[in-house]
Amino acid sequence: MSALPSARAMPRQPGHVPGEAGVWLFIAGDLVLFSLLFATFLSYRADAPEVFAAGRAHLDQTLGLVNTLLLLTSSWFVATGVRAARRRASRTAVACFAFALACGLGFGTVKVLEYGAKFEAGLTPETSDFFMFYFAYTGFHMIHVVIGMGVLLAMIAYLRGRPPQAVNLQHIESGASFWHLVDVLWIVLFALLYLLV
Amino acid sequence: MRALLLHRLSAIWLLLVLATVASWEIGHGLGISDHRLASVAIVVVAMIKVRFVALDFMELRDAPLAFRVAANLWTAGIAAGLSAMILTA
Repeated sequence: MSALPSARAMPRQPGHVPGEAGVWLFIAGDLVLFSLLFATFLSYRADAPEVFAAGRAHLDQTLGLVNTLLLLTSSWFVATGVRAARRRASRTAVACFAFALACGLGFGTVKVLEYGAKFEAGLTPETSDFFMFYFAYTGFHMIHVVIGMGVLLAMIAYLRGRPPQAVNLQHIESGASFWHLVDVLWIVLFALLYLLV
Repeated sequence: MRALLLHRLSAIWLLLVLATVASWEIGHGLGISDHRLASVAIVVVAMIKVRFVALDFMELRDAPLAFRVAANLWTAGIAAGLSAMILTA
């Protein structure tokens, strides 16, 4: 019975699925849903290019850039944390996941500041189709970030709560895969909402 | 710690940061004057970034073939589909 944890301590093998099947089903479903959201955005944009150009001009691209760099960096921390957990270096893994969590908090803080500035300037979801999409899509994504931060906290608690040899890496990989999904979705949202010219 | 830092993942992170800054510059009119082509370039760079996150950070590079095929098909499909929508808008 004790064979499972030590077997899971082996280096990643070719053909290895990172995480549980259920997480991958969720990721696949989410990607299909967001694919439709991306296409819907471009479809509306094609019908009213001037409205979308005006909306984009009101966004702070630098804040979008900062948030993208924060999530990319958080993903690096999470991927590195998974490598550390695989080496049974739980303390390093916990530190990596904590830094990733800090990046997530930074992302959320920037988003709150951004929303605040928009509302202060009188820009709301009712301002235009662009802002309807902006608030809906970034809001929906922010829900993913909050859930992801909860997952990171759970991963930290899980690692701290048991000896390194007793860690089931599949749990860690599942949480990590979800966090990377949050990063992937933002990469596309940043391009579509903030950058398209 | 050294082994964790000096790893392919760190090079991928640097590549992703550089690609992000490059697409930010394209979005600010650097390099490509035609706005549709600039938008296509931004989408393509974004999907290349997604592919690296999926293959290297999500570790799909060593996953079973079906996972790699799905990841590549999705990134290529989204890049092609969104680019087509931008070009025909």
